[in-house]
Amino acid sequence: MAYSDKVIDHYNHPRNVGSLDKSSDNVGTGVVGAPECGDVMKLQIEVDPTTGTITDAKFKTYGCGSAIASSSLATEWVKGKTVDEALTITNKDIVEELSLPPVKIHCSVLAEDAIRSAIEDYKKKREATEQPQQAASE
Amino acid sequence: MNNDVRLPIYMDNSATTPCDPRVVEAMLPWFTQRPGNAASRSHVFGWDAEEAVNVARKQVADLIGASAKEILFLSGATESDNLAIKGAAHMYAKKGKHIISCPTEHKAVIDTCKRLETDGYEVTWLPVDGDGRISLSDLADAIRDDTILVTLMAANNEIGTLHDVAAIGALCHEKGVLFHCDATQAIGKIDIDVEAMQIDLLSMTAHKIYGPKGCGALYVRRRNPRVRLTPLIDGGGHERGMRSGTLNVPGIVGLGKACAILSDEMHRDVEHCRRLRDRLEVKLTAGLDHVSINGSVDHRLPNLLNISFAYVEGESLLMGIKDIAVSSGSACTSASLEPSYVLRALGLEDELAHSSIRFSLGRFNTEAEVDYTAEIVVAAVRRLREMSPLYEMVQEGVDLSKVQWQAH
Repeated sequence: MAYSDKVIDHYNHPRNVGSLDKSSDNVGTGVVGAPECGDVMKLQIEVDPTTGTITDAKFKTYGCGSAIASSSLATEWVKGKTVDEALTITNKDIVEELSLPPVKIHCSVLAEDAIRSAIEDYKKKREATEQPQQAASE
Repeated sequence: MNNDVRLPIYMDNSATTPCDPRVVEAMLPWFTQRPGNAASRSHVFGWDAEEAVNVARKQVADLIGASAKEILFLSGATESDNLAIKGAAHMYAKKGKHIISCPTEHKAVIDTCKRLETDGYEVTWLPVDGDGRISLSDLADAIRDDTILVTLMAANNEIGTLHDVAAIGALCHEKGVLFHCDATQAIGKIDIDVEAMQIDLLSMTAHKIYGPKGCGALYVRRRNPRVRLTPLIDGGGHERGMRSGTLNVPGIVGLGKACAILSDEMHRDVEHCRRLRDRLEVKLTAGLDHVSINGSVDHRLPNLLNISFAYVEGESLLMGIKDIAVSSGSACTSASLEPSYVLRALGLEDELAHSSIRFSLGRFNTEAEVDYTAEIVVAAVRRLREMSPLYEMVQEGVDLSKVQWQAH
């Protein structure tokens, strides 16, 4: 399997590896994939609640080089965007940027899912803090 | 400290081996000055080639305790497996149509058996234990009146697990069933003697034993019992009518030379590989936690180490050790996107199959290469674990088997 230069670059110098405090209300966490499939991505975003802007993003990925590169790229792209802007990132954008071959398209799909899942988690937390009584009674 | 290591390092000797320079030297004249067709009876070039083929036949036979007349030359182990299994199945179809094999065999055996299944034959697939070994009582129970062939490998290509070939051979002979043994990986690593092990058909290839690609052999027993095969390839009636086609004289000379070298040096080779394999194993298991050896530790090829580095995916690890040529059981490295069927047959979780790497040592590997490899692998696994959400979860005390994953 020949990797594109961009995949190799992300693999050798992954951006934003690490973890954010998942208990924080301003942090959304998405974990997608499954170990038996050979890919698990954890992507986290930190959002400024007043502006809705993603101020930080971190990832950890278990998976092939293309999966690592896709999630690394995803963290780079979501930073500085609002959560709504981040939702417009699609797997096709990732495939194009990293020149992923057809057998690696699922890596880009997983990265898109990870972004969506992290944003969903953040939104759920915000709703819960904005309506604390209702959340507590659930 | 590793100034004496030249990169890249080849540590995938179970896939193929480099030719021994002595083999290449023996082959060279047969491409140029000595061009005869071994089937040409009318001139000295043909006689010369025929004589060379006969010498090689004896060299191969001597290595496995056979007689020269029992050796057929063909294109490699895949063809050898095909001819042994299909050839015996078709020849003895009147006696029965039942064959016994096992799910960890090489695809050349499995797919050949599956082809026969579509052709009206019945195949019993013996289960293997966690080490990848069959049980002799399962085999005894599986043999029926209409069983014509048992096909089991001597050593597994992915995990190196050895079957008890002598016991299998004895059981087959006692029950009057032919025993085919794919010894492709075992030749040159463990002692193989077709008489002592009561093997009726044995497949092997040159390119796993420091010979050329494109040349292999099939041993076909001639006495007690005399085994007959229906040919797959029709034509000029070469190789006692069992495999037509002009003989690959340079390749055959190379295979013969590779076997002659093994007859003289095999034990030195084995000790060399075992010492390097053990050194690698010790360094990897000492340097990292959460590693596990796949296959049997007690019944294993001396040159092979199949090891899983939990929480790290195999293909990403291969990327991290790109100067070291090894194989992985990860789905991502296979065309099918399925993890290794051999590791699955052992009952290994898919996750550990994705994390497996096969290191296979050979005659030309050095201690410095092993030390360099161990160092690079340990560093790469540590780096990837820092990046692994699974490793992080395990460190936090999460039981991964209880997590609800969002699988695709």
